[in-house]
Amino acid sequence: MASDNPQQTSLPLGGQIHRLLTALGIKQRTAVILVPYLWLTIFFVVPCIIILKISFAQTVIAQPPYTPMFGPDSVPHDQLFDNFKRLFGDLLYIKAYGNSLQLAAISTVFCLLIGYPMAYGIARCSPSTRSLLLLAIILPFWTSFLIRVYAWMGILGKEGVLNDTLLALGIIDAPLQILYTPIAMYVGIVYTYLPFMILPLYANLEKMDMSLLEAAADLGCRPLKAFCVITIPLSLPGIIAGALLVFIPAVGEYVIPELLGGPNSLMIGKVVYDEFAQNRDWPMASAVAVAILLLLVIPIMLFQYFQNKSQEAPK
Amino acid sequence: MAAERAKAEPSTQIWNDPNAVPYIRIENVTKKFGDFVAVNNVSANIYRGELFALLGGSGCGKTTLLRMLAGFEQPTSGKIYIDGVDMADIPPYERPTNMMFQSYALFPHMTVEQNVAFGLKQDRMPVDQIKSRVDAILDMVQMRQFAHRKPHQLSGGQRQRVALARSLVKEPKLLLLDEPLGALDKKLREATQFEIMNIQDRLGITFIVVTHDQEEAMTLSTRIGVMNSGQIVQVGTPKEIYEYPNTKFVADFIGSVNLFEGHIIEDEPGHVLIDSAEAGTPIYIDHGISSAPGAKVWVAIRPEKMELSKANEGIGRNCAPGIVKGIAYMGNMSVYLIKLDSGKEVKVTMSNQRRAAEHAIDWDDKVYVSWHANSPVALLS
Repeated sequence: MASDNPQQTSLPLGGQIHRLLTALGIKQRTAVILVPYLWLTIFFVVPCIIILKISFAQTVIAQPPYTPMFGPDSVPHDQLFDNFKRLFGDLLYIKAYGNSLQLAAISTVFCLLIGYPMAYGIARCSPSTRSLLLLAIILPFWTSFLIRVYAWMGILGKEGVLNDTLLALGIIDAPLQILYTPIAMYVGIVYTYLPFMILPLYANLEKMDMSLLEAAADLGCRPLKAFCVITIPLSLPGIIAGALLVFIPAVGEYVIPELLGGPNSLMIGKVVYDEFAQNRDWPMASAVAVAILLLLVIPIMLFQYFQNKSQEAPK
Repeated sequence: MAAERAKAEPSTQIWNDPNAVPYIRIENVTKKFGDFVAVNNVSANIYRGELFALLGGSGCGKTTLLRMLAGFEQPTSGKIYIDGVDMADIPPYERPTNMMFQSYALFPHMTVEQNVAFGLKQDRMPVDQIKSRVDAILDMVQMRQFAHRKPHQLSGGQRQRVALARSLVKEPKLLLLDEPLGALDKKLREATQFEIMNIQDRLGITFIVVTHDQEEAMTLSTRIGVMNSGQIVQVGTPKEIYEYPNTKFVADFIGSVNLFEGHIIEDEPGHVLIDSAEAGTPIYIDHGISSAPGAKVWVAIRPEKMELSKANEGIGRNCAPGIVKGIAYMGNMSVYLIKLDSGKEVKVTMSNQRRAAEHAIDWDDKVYVSWHANSPVALLS
């Protein structure tokens, strides 16, 4: 029936799409939102459901190496949660979770302690200096993350730059064992995630009205106290955003503990890898991954809550 | 529009008393930002209980001067004394001043009550005393019922009152107000102006108000310091500034004025006679100005001090013929734009005393502009 109209074929692409959407009963605004949501559904939600499905299965020597969800070979109902029972019953997994959370928490605190003064300093510079300093913060992203971690191995190693310098200066007699210790791991994580702390903090501090600090001083408040009662409370949304951006990926971090932390560093990211690649226990690996996801969903929800709250209350 | 003030001025014009000790002394203060001179060698004496207005256009240095009094900027040279104490090494948080910021600068994360209490808390005042002081000041600015709101939940006028309360609550020796009424609509402005005058009367605090609004300066202040490009060009009561401006700039900046260029023919102690081609009539002023004959002068005459008539009074001076080029009817008065025969355009205001006057002056009428001999002011610069 559309072909009856000769003008139909000469419509530009935009017009054709418009007609199609109208015919399907989809508003244009909905269509704009639909595209990214479709993308996320196909490449994030569906895989997550698949992993969740596998986490209820049992390992078999087959292709794929786990029992199907339904059918005669499927896992009996009373054994569905066996993987999760093992997860919470085995000290190895609990310890790995604890280690990862501890690593992420301590790294976040260090990132905050280092990042806050940096962000504050940058926000107080002249606009031209500011963009230069921000560029310096973002610059490391232009090289591969892996290369930067390897560079730290070169710095912290037994015959690395740090030990050589300390020996040459006569501060130490024998090289220090830094690489393959928790210290190296913290150095690597704090170094890698520092920009994620600085950028949201900077965005927050840069917007701050400096006349508020003048008003505080005018009312008899000393600068240090004004920082504590005015600047920090007002930058809380930035602190929370930065802390979550560091904490969440740091919990699941695999590469840095593996390369810098040495064989004794048992992190949850490494457990997933080992279960999956070494033991070929896909169901167990999936269960561990699902547990991490749940562990991180809570902070993400907190993050969104605070974001909404800060948007509700503009200055 | 200087409202006649019923309030008792501090010991009636304390600034004219040679024995009076100034409360705030600004001595040869200069402030440079790089090459730019924001405040240029300013000196002023302000007395206890005064409400002193710094009036000037944007960029004239008035806010910089205020910020130096508050301690946010350091003078490049010169001294500031408050109650006899040199302020040079005293940081803002130790000065006996409080400031009401143009942007109000209310702390967004604190309630109205917490904002107002902030200054008192810094002095480690007992909690119950803070509470009663805060309640009293919030009552005064009629914001008590909003005590638990955050600033973003208030209207502009309410925020302004909170800012005023916060700067008043510590009862400072000197209160600095930066464009305090800038963001308010006309009705609220007038109400707040009288409120500020009222507070000043009751608490006896010395005020310095920065404003670009001459009407605000006129209504509020005991004295005005008119600023232009970093300097105070004239200090005086609103009446002095309006009636006896000392320069073309002040005459032009305060109110509206007609300026005629001319030169002096006669300068006697009792009168001056000025020849002005622009006016098209000799100008006779009934007081001397003591300058050299032949000197170039500008004569300033306020529009409301001029009169229009259709008949030539025929005295041969202080009367210039012209044509009506425009009439702006403003209700209580009308502004006439007259093109004089010399080509110069002047503004004349006439009050509308009668409804539909019989011999109403209309567009393109030939009229005579005249003025009394004590109305013009002769200015040498």
